[in-house]
Amino acid sequence: MSLPGVAIVGAAETTQLGRIEDMSQLQLHADGALNALADAGLTARDIDGLATAGESPTAVAHYLGITPSWVDGTSVGGCSFMLHVRHALAALQTGQCRNVLITHGESGRSGIGRGGRSTPASSLQGQFEMPYGPMGPPTLFTLPVLRFMKDYGMTHEQLAMVAVVQRQWAALNPRASFREPITVEDVLNSKMIAYPFHLLECCLVTDGGGALILTTVDRAGDFPRPPVHILGSGESVETPMVSQMADLCSSRAFSVAGPRAMADAGIEHADVDHMMVYDAFAHLPVYGLADLGFCERGDAAAFIAEGNTAPGGSLPLNTNGGGLSYMHSGMYGMYALQESVRQIRGTAPAQVANAEISLCLGVGGMFGASGCIVLGKHAS
Amino acid sequence: MADSRPLPKPTPETAHFWEGTRLGELRLQRCDDCARVYFPPQPFCPHCSCKNVSVFAASGHGRLASYVINSRPHPAFQGPYAIALVELAEGPRLMSNIVGCAQTPEALKLDMALTVTFEKLNEDIFLPLFTPAEADS
Repeated sequence: MSLPGVAIVGAAETTQLGRIEDMSQLQLHADGALNALADAGLTARDIDGLATAGESPTAVAHYLGITPSWVDGTSVGGCSFMLHVRHALAALQTGQCRNVLITHGESGRSGIGRGGRSTPASSLQGQFEMPYGPMGPPTLFTLPVLRFMKDYGMTHEQLAMVAVVQRQWAALNPRASFREPITVEDVLNSKMIAYPFHLLECCLVTDGGGALILTTVDRAGDFPRPPVHILGSGESVETPMVSQMADLCSSRAFSVAGPRAMADAGIEHADVDHMMVYDAFAHLPVYGLADLGFCERGDAAAFIAEGNTAPGGSLPLNTNGGGLSYMHSGMYGMYALQESVRQIRGTAPAQVANAEISLCLGVGGMFGASGCIVLGKHAS
Repeated sequence: MADSRPLPKPTPETAHFWEGTRLGELRLQRCDDCARVYFPPQPFCPHCSCKNVSVFAASGHGRLASYVINSRPHPAFQGPYAIALVELAEGPRLMSNIVGCAQTPEALKLDMALTVTFEKLNEDIFLPLFTPAEADS
């Protein structure tokens, strides 16, 4: 018995992105959800499966007036939404529900209606990392990079070029937070946040949200938008402590999730027309390209610096401008998925010609988790 | 030194580690079945799941595996400070700070030899930190 295919039939972000001072975090979930429902021509009454992270699925379901028969509250950081897509795929294929809604909303900048996050002193991070003075992702996600630079020859200028290239994409996107062109010198002269990382090599902090609606392909023709097929998916977790990564130069979670998604989809590297790699910091695309085998580890930074991922390059990457220039609410994975959907639909502001297969790689925590989704214009 | 570092709170699984630092020992664990050394503390081997594990005092020697220098103010530190990853001679890697050394890229050379030292935070908690090995002699 072959399982039915699954497609995204509704996708939208919140009406506004950036600084949204008139909405709580829960309302940002709803704003994205209502926009996605309208995109799919559905109402909340049609939704019988719900997945979310950041808020509890209970809170989001009740707020939207949904009593689902399938629920997923997997919360492994910013890639949680990739894992929700993968889990929804299995649920839809086995008939556990018919229409799945995945929501994200985050008042990352304004902090309205947002619970605090603290690390318990008795957790392993509380005992073996927090006493040494880390202050969030800019001092943790960045920790492995000097080792990568020494072992694989990545230069400060190449790292800066990641931000430069993504700003080239952002310049083409009216919704991007930052659109002014920048140079390597601009990046290296921007404020030092945590050596070797400058301000322009760190993601934005904004408010926003987004939502996706998935159903089985046999019903996908009933919706106003062309289906975006889920061709493959993968997921994994490694460690909650960046200090305990098995290899400072490689993410185990990337190395499991990415190849699994590509194998599921039955694709080779050359088949990928468009790619998203969650870029909380400038080194993430370098690690992603290497761990998924698009480049040799020592060539990945040069691959980006030489323009291969820039507008007109052979592998268009982070075409919305990414977390570095488009937006980053905290759990950015939803926006990476939204850009992959736009590219496959052919509606992206910086549209890649003939984009038929998009690979979307997410990260959670500080190299703690990963989810990868391969999306396609045509069913496999 | 007035210190407002976040205080670690030991659990039953990690108590031996913090007992060790009070005595000036950096304690690691070794699996008696597969012989691998591991960190952080836990009562079974993360490689083979067996419960035949021993606690031992590590040499205290390591090398600087990677770091960042945080520029933003933290109540426990004066000026920019390095958050470091130290790879111990026995294999495991742990987060720490490098003391007795300028907090600059010029002074903090990747792979430099390091030796453990302990900073008393209160009567119960002595935190393992590292100094450049040559400054130790």
